[in-house]
Amino acid sequence: MKNKSLVSINDFTREDHVRILDLAEAFEKHPRQKILEDYVVATLFFEPSTRTRLSFESAATRLGARVIGFSEPASSSVTKGETLRDTILTVSNYCDIIVMRHPKEGSARFASEVSGVPVINAGDGANQHPTQTLLDLYSIRKTQGSLDNLNVAFVGDLKYGRTVHSLVQAMCNYNTTFHLVSPLELKLPSSVKLSIKEKNLEYRQYTDMHEVLPVVDILYMTRIQRERFSDPLDYEKVRNAYILRNNMLDNCKSNLKIMHPLPRVNEITTDVDNNPKAYYFTQALNGVFVRQALLASILGVVE
Amino acid sequence: MEKEISRKELKVSAIENGTVIDHIPSGSVFQVIKILSLTEYQDQLLIATNLDSQKMGKKGIIKVSNRFFQPDEINKIALVAPSATLIVIRNFEVTEKTKVEVPRQVDNIVKCFNPNCITNNEDITTRFTVLDKKELKLRCHYCEKITARSNIAFR
Repeated sequence: MKNKSLVSINDFTREDHVRILDLAEAFEKHPRQKILEDYVVATLFFEPSTRTRLSFESAATRLGARVIGFSEPASSSVTKGETLRDTILTVSNYCDIIVMRHPKEGSARFASEVSGVPVINAGDGANQHPTQTLLDLYSIRKTQGSLDNLNVAFVGDLKYGRTVHSLVQAMCNYNTTFHLVSPLELKLPSSVKLSIKEKNLEYRQYTDMHEVLPVVDILYMTRIQRERFSDPLDYEKVRNAYILRNNMLDNCKSNLKIMHPLPRVNEITTDVDNNPKAYYFTQALNGVFVRQALLASILGVVE
Repeated sequence: MEKEISRKELKVSAIENGTVIDHIPSGSVFQVIKILSLTEYQDQLLIATNLDSQKMGKKGIIKVSNRFFQPDEINKIALVAPSATLIVIRNFEVTEKTKVEVPRQVDNIVKCFNPNCITNNEDITTRFTVLDKKELKLRCHYCEKITARSNIAFR
């Protein structure tokens, strides 16, 4: 991984996953190590993202690195009309690694090509968010003991959620059975389904969440956004069908864990939070360990 | 019959040395000229379109004097003119005749159909991997979205 940029989950093999997840596990045991004291991490957020940015900055700071950057384009030279190319060429002089979120798709690949230092993609538009996928894989492996042969349900907006697309593609390496629960308007795009078909894996599509609850090991919930519907009536019709409540979890498998990339709005009621099956806040914590693993291995401090 | 042929030949005169691009779909002739950057060409350039063709009904043809193309260069036109044939002329004689083929990678000439792609927002050379030569599916190296024949556009 040393000096390599992290742009797309599609650049990763199964072996790469294992290496990063093992490393993240080591950081979970010892999250505070001053191994990056001589390093400067730049976090360039051309689009606000509280969770991802704080998680990266926490990961870097707990390893002793110094963090520079900006959290919204208003406080950068973008407002003066600077191109992404110029920003990256300049900033790469000031730091050892760049963590970037940008609203345009493909911006991370482009930045990695012009930058003198490695770039970690923290989200490029609707395209990729590989560190989210890796922390999801970490969470699944940690709670289920293995990534292989699981029944995974994705619920909600499967059409627009890049988190879902990347995770589905990554899980195609692990003989997963996919349960895809969504309103008809928000079904998984055929390009993503193609990845499942290419591996000859089983997938089933549902509009009702209740059917999948007793059979799955992982329930991956997502937010359905009102603005995805052209007709507000259509939204009103489906919004309540994809809300998870605590009393729905009685007949589930004992190993079931509920995941969510957060932020949640109302798709998981708060009474689920105290259920041992709720995992979304721990999932967010796992993001710190995975990002520590990535920073340390790309900077070449660990093997 | 002989008379017929000579009349056809009159429409686009022969060249001594150079390249003839034949069997171009009539609607794509000017696109091909643009892709091959022939708009500023200084030597003889003969262009004809809407000619009768037994094979295609109507076709276009371009004759470029004293210019020979590299395979990579010429294969770009396969994106708009998959039926095109390439004829190399030396000393008024046909020395080589090949069909164009869609290349595996397409640089610079195609525009990504995704308006939110970074290549449509900054001055960047586009790059596509050709996933399907027949159906013409191009995956953007940057945004990873697939541009298909139905939404292909040129820069």
